[in-house]
Amino acid sequence: MSQRGKMAVKSMHDSLRIPGSQEDSVAAAKIATILDRHGRDGTRLVQILREVQDVEGWLSPATLSAIAEGIGWPRAQVESTANFYSFFHTRPLGEYRVLFSDNITDRMLGNQDLMRSLCHKLWLEPGQASEDGLVSVDTTSCTGMCDQGPALLANYRTITRLTPERIDEMAHLIRRRVPVGDWPSDWFHVEDNIRRRDVLLDHGLAPGEALAAALDRGPAGLLGQIERSALRGRGGAGFGSDIKWRSCRDAWGDAHYVICNADEGEPGTFKDRVLLSSYFDMVVDGMCIAGFAIGASKGFIYLRGEYRYLLDRLETRLAQRREAGLLGRNILGRGFTFDIEIHLGAGAYICGEESALIESLEGKPGKPRIRPPFPVTHGYLGQPTTVNNVETLALAALIAVKGGEWFRAIGTPASTGTKLLSVSGDVERPGIYEFPFGVTVAEVLAAAGANDTQAVTTAGAAGSCLAADEFGRHIAFEDVPTGGSIMVFDRSRDMFEVARNFAHFFAHESCGFCTPCRVGTAVNARLLDKLANDHGSPYDLDEMEKMHRLMQGASHCGLGNTATIALRDMLAKFRPAFDRRLHSPDYEPGFDLDAALSQARRMTGRDDPGAHLTDNLSAQAGEHPSEAQP
Amino acid sequence: MSTATQDAAVGTTPRKLKVATVSLAGCFGCHMSFLDIDERILPLLELVEFDRSPITDIKHCGACDIGLIEGGVCNAENVHVLREFRANCKVLIALGACAVNGGLPAQRNHLQIADILQQVYRTGHGLAEGSQIPNDPELPLPLNQVHPVHEVVKIDYFLPGCPPSGDAIWVFLTQLIEGREPALGHGLLHYD
Repeated sequence: MSQRGKMAVKSMHDSLRIPGSQEDSVAAAKIATILDRHGRDGTRLVQILREVQDVEGWLSPATLSAIAEGIGWPRAQVESTANFYSFFHTRPLGEYRVLFSDNITDRMLGNQDLMRSLCHKLWLEPGQASEDGLVSVDTTSCTGMCDQGPALLANYRTITRLTPERIDEMAHLIRRRVPVGDWPSDWFHVEDNIRRRDVLLDHGLAPGEALAAALDRGPAGLLGQIERSALRGRGGAGFGSDIKWRSCRDAWGDAHYVICNADEGEPGTFKDRVLLSSYFDMVVDGMCIAGFAIGASKGFIYLRGEYRYLLDRLETRLAQRREAGLLGRNILGRGFTFDIEIHLGAGAYICGEESALIESLEGKPGKPRIRPPFPVTHGYLGQPTTVNNVETLALAALIAVKGGEWFRAIGTPASTGTKLLSVSGDVERPGIYEFPFGVTVAEVLAAAGANDTQAVTTAGAAGSCLAADEFGRHIAFEDVPTGGSIMVFDRSRDMFEVARNFAHFFAHESCGFCTPCRVGTAVNARLLDKLANDHGSPYDLDEMEKMHRLMQGASHCGLGNTATIALRDMLAKFRPAFDRRLHSPDYEPGFDLDAALSQARRMTGRDDPGAHLTDNLSAQAGEHPSEAQP
Repeated sequence: MSTATQDAAVGTTPRKLKVATVSLAGCFGCHMSFLDIDERILPLLELVEFDRSPITDIKHCGACDIGLIEGGVCNAENVHVLREFRANCKVLIALGACAVNGGLPAQRNHLQIADILQQVYRTGHGLAEGSQIPNDPELPLPLNQVHPVHEVVKIDYFLPGCPPSGDAIWVFLTQLIEGREPALGHGLLHYD
């Protein structure tokens, strides 16, 4: 930054700073401590903002200025990051921030009534902080607790299995200003709900065993086994892991990096949560193995903000592994050095996209980069980086021990191995099911105890929606690809409401970088609201089809490209659910025209026929305005 | 467009198409831009006949083939006129930024119309003593918000631009008159 730029920033700081009190200087000292802990390094801005917000409650203009000064970044850049993420607030939102998970599965379990009830008890409107600055209540995207919902985040700590009784008690606790840490501990209990184990969930390996096997094989031998295994990425896209690792290894750079993508944001997915909770050593082994294969000595776990409750536990486990010689310098006494750092996200679905994730890891808003160049050559800090899903890394650890041929014998020729499925919705046994690839949707439904099933979404909000006649199809990259989210809807469910929930999810989560996605997702949400408000017309359905075709081709990244797939499927396969909502076969405005004159009528005191608008188009056709009848 | 194409267009048109145009909450800039087709208005008049339009000063539109709407919808009269056009025109086109998106007049949308009326007629500077908000039934009431035309009636085509250039309007209309799906390529549709 130029000297003049620095001075401008400095004078802005001065003008924004509230006149110094003792409280201010204490806050400034706390901010300075956090900044120092992060080496005043701007690439750590997302972590800095979260920690400062934890202390301060919100990110005030003065706080942002202090952080900008501390890391030597322009203030606008700091503000741009602070404003991008849902979990950062640049206005005070109360000592208690309650966010109801608003995935369709939470809705099916009654989260809307619970939220209304909590707002009622606390005398506030959703989204607004209470007048005494005590509490705010709002919704957030799926928190990954679909098998034990409805769920919410209280000051970013996960609470599951909400009931009206829990909500009653929560309102009391908040009014009595009981710290969230002192709330009943069973509220915070998160179940694994593992319902079917296969080779991964029954691995039987000791921590570090897979890593030792990988070191024995050497990088070339290891890559050979990964290649023979035909392992494909478990995040959903199914890219060949060996190709990714080899390209990264072969790319020139000052340093290579491994990133574990634990930003499990797809609505209805919670398998990575279980792997991190109960199979963390397999994941860490997998990361070390990836680091060994590509020649990296540093790895990051990008943990979604919704899984904040896991952070301390995972940090502790990493420290234990360092002590046991399973992480850090000279691992297993074999001269291999690799360490891992956990970065916490802050509520942005888009950061599951690998280049957006890297941007976030560098302290910036999570907006996808233009690709190519791909992260394998130009990733974190412009260096060769491999980004792998949590499950992929755990499977790589398994392959390091058991070998590629063994793995390849499981699943189908094009989709080898097993897949973890997060099953939720209308099933008797929601939870994690590990099946070999090639399993039919019907088999999964039977295992989970689904009855009278109407529809299944097979890749969260961003993938296909199957109707009953398609349940014989196979879960595999070549037939029904999935990142692991299986949401089940029985015949009592209104698929229109499913589509509307997804549309609002995407409108909220679009990063806003490209117009087709930013506008398209908002248009779809508005059109579905129009139908919900009994103003629907067939033209609105046509418009959604058009928006689907446009966004497919013109969006910048996968979010826009996949945001309309489920909607398109539902429009095609569950048309009656939409047709039921059509007000008339003709065009229908999206708002009440007569009500749109309400303010002018009030201000002029008029109530004559000319001061009203009917909704009957033909009544006025060709007539003079003043002759129009109410 | 070449003379040959113009001739072909004339040759294939069995009768003159009827065209109506109107400016709602607009500035007439799109109409001025329409006139920027200059001398091409003469071959156009070989193909079309104007019904209701500022060019003809006809007050109500009869059965038409093409309707061009400039401007958004800001008051009750705009709604009536727009509905009249929709009821009478086979093809209705939103012409220019205000018709397509609400445009400049829609900048009032973040304010309450009640506050605006209060400020302009009751509490603003330089008003006569006892000044009142006009309430004559002859005056159309303003809507709470300004809307793009497609939020009030079905619109068949959108021709964006502030204003769309005379060339864009010419190409769009002649394609439509020739019975083709209008498509403005690079140069006629751009952001600067």
